Amino acid sequence: MNKLRFPAFPLYYAALVLMLYLPIGVLFLFSINDGIAFSFPMKGVTDHWYRDMLKNAELMSALGNSALVAVTSSVAATALGAAAAIALTRFDFKGKAIFLAAALMPLLVPFLILGVALLILFAALDIDRSLVTVAIAHTVVSLPYTLLILMARLVGFDPKLEEAAQDLGATYPYTLRRIILPLIAPAMLAAWLVAFTVSFDEFVLASFLNKGEPTLPVYIFGQLRFANRFPQVVALAVLVMVLSITLFLISNWLQRIGSQAALEQRLGDGK
Amino acid sequence: MDQSEFAVELINVWKRFDTFEAVKGVSLSIRQGEFFSMLGPSGCGKTTTLRMIAGFEYPSEGMLKLQGAEIGSVPAHRRNVNMVFQNYALFPHLNIFDNVAFGLEVKRTPRPEIQQRVRDALDMVRLPGMEKRKPAQLSGGQQQRVALARALVNRPAVLLLDEPLGALDQKLRKDMQLELKRLQREVGITFIYVTHDQEEALTMSDRIAVMHQGKALQVDDPRTIYQRPRTRFVADFIGTTNFIEGRLASNDGEAAMVEVDGVGALSALPNAEATTGQQVTMAIRPEQMSLKEAPGSHHNRVEGVLEEIVFIGNDTHYFVALRSGARIIIREQNRDAAPDDTPRAVGDRVAVTWPASSASVLLE
Repeated sequence: MNKLRFPAFPLYYAALVLMLYLPIGVLFLFSINDGIAFSFPMKGVTDHWYRDMLKNAELMSALGNSALVAVTSSVAATALGAAAAIALTRFDFKGKAIFLAAALMPLLVPFLILGVALLILFAALDIDRSLVTVAIAHTVVSLPYTLLILMARLVGFDPKLEEAAQDLGATYPYTLRRIILPLIAPAMLAAWLVAFTVSFDEFVLASFLNKGEPTLPVYIFGQLRFANRFPQVVALAVLVMVLSITLFLISNWLQRIGSQAALEQRLGDGK
Repeated sequence: MDQSEFAVELINVWKRFDTFEAVKGVSLSIRQGEFFSMLGPSGCGKTTTLRMIAGFEYPSEGMLKLQGAEIGSVPAHRRNVNMVFQNYALFPHLNIFDNVAFGLEVKRTPRPEIQQRVRDALDMVRLPGMEKRKPAQLSGGQQQRVALARALVNRPAVLLLDEPLGALDQKLRKDMQLELKRLQREVGITFIYVTHDQEEALTMSDRIAVMHQGKALQVDDPRTIYQRPRTRFVADFIGTTNFIEGRLASNDGEAAMVEVDGVGALSALPNAEATTGQQVTMAIRPEQMSLKEAPGSHHNRVEGVLEEIVFIGNDTHYFVALRSGARIIIREQNRDAAPDDTPRAVGDRVAVTWPASSASVLLE
């Protein structure tokens, strides 16, 4: 690679980091600020917003709802994504290109449109809005991510491994269990974490398709009107952020060891 | 074990894919315990044929038998054959023991027996003590041996090998050729070996099928394939061959005479399929030709001009232009010069001789 020659680069880089992380820093500062006004100078350091937050039953139930929806939809999206990725990378079938395009479509359709469409669909089918409908919607929008992550992994290892297993007498289910699933396991975990994150902070679909049981983003939006409770939301936001960043780092790391294994395998073959 | 004389039989087997025909009516009878090679350039249908025997592809037409029983539509996992893949296809997440034990575990072999047989298999390929390693920690040659052990541990009726030495360097390759031959003799299993390397096929095989454009052109032992090629493709693909074109003047049971423009009549081995008056090609191996005068009437003698002399260590190659326009190559072994040898130089007029019995008459 060429050496970068751009004198203003440090400046550019500093601006980028500032734009990305200054809001997060400010958020953290005001979550420990002893006062409800968001203005400098700060009043003093406190942890009572965090303690209030933990005692807030409504907030905790919203957190629980979000966790429930995120776990369900991410598990479903990972399972469906794995099945579709194996079908798309290992088998030939009619309408393969259309199937892939259809599965990836939620990436392109604005959530607002999708939300309205699902709302109408559920109404037409006489299905009540609930956390279940939110989970279904989140599965649909997470599927493209899990599908792409798992397809990338499956393309990265030699299909001859599956032939070798069958040559040695293994049926397809046995090959799936002993060879394919172990090899894509890190990618499946990575896909699951991404799907979890997508669901956890999704607002539009969660507010359209839900009734009476708000998820966390919906609850937070509702709290914006109450200035005295707002610092609690800020404290919560900090916690969620820490959680998100942790999940993101783990998922990144998992994808890396997945592709590293693929790389080693290729290098091994090449000898 | 059943009584069939043949381990594998293909009877007029075709394989058609969407856009092309990979195998066009191949018939082969591969004997029990034979080291059989399918040799040909890439795209000749050899790998597709092997994959049909393995069960990864099904024939579009024709009959496929394993030890006398029709297996054309039996899936790969229920055929008693095992394959060694080109890039070994070892399971990267399993250690060497689990790789080799895979086939036995599938069949629910008792644990003590698995341990014994895996150990024996690793000893057989001279790779003991590697059980705990992962495939990525082994060299290419070692991975190759693991792949062999993984297949042989199942005691298949037939072992299929798809260019297994392709990824190894020259020196290791030569060693592995002899090693494979030894293994095959030891275990007595039928080996079906696919390669595009003619030397490899000649070195190891009991019989070779030379394949081209989806057909098996000739199936014979290595010596016959080399010395008595039946088509121009076989003669050209295996080693180096001189071709001299002419018209068949006579062709009785004893000998054939070929009339070559500007050269005259040359004698060759008869070809029962040829008819007098036909355009034919004579094929002669370079090492059968000589620049020395040969006694007796069973030799051909043709004059030409020496165009090039190339010294290759053990051999010297002479390139001679005949009056017919053909350019031929003569290979002579370098021994200590005999006193009556005349030194040769480019531009000399020379006489090329070869025995009639070394010249084949080819139709295509």
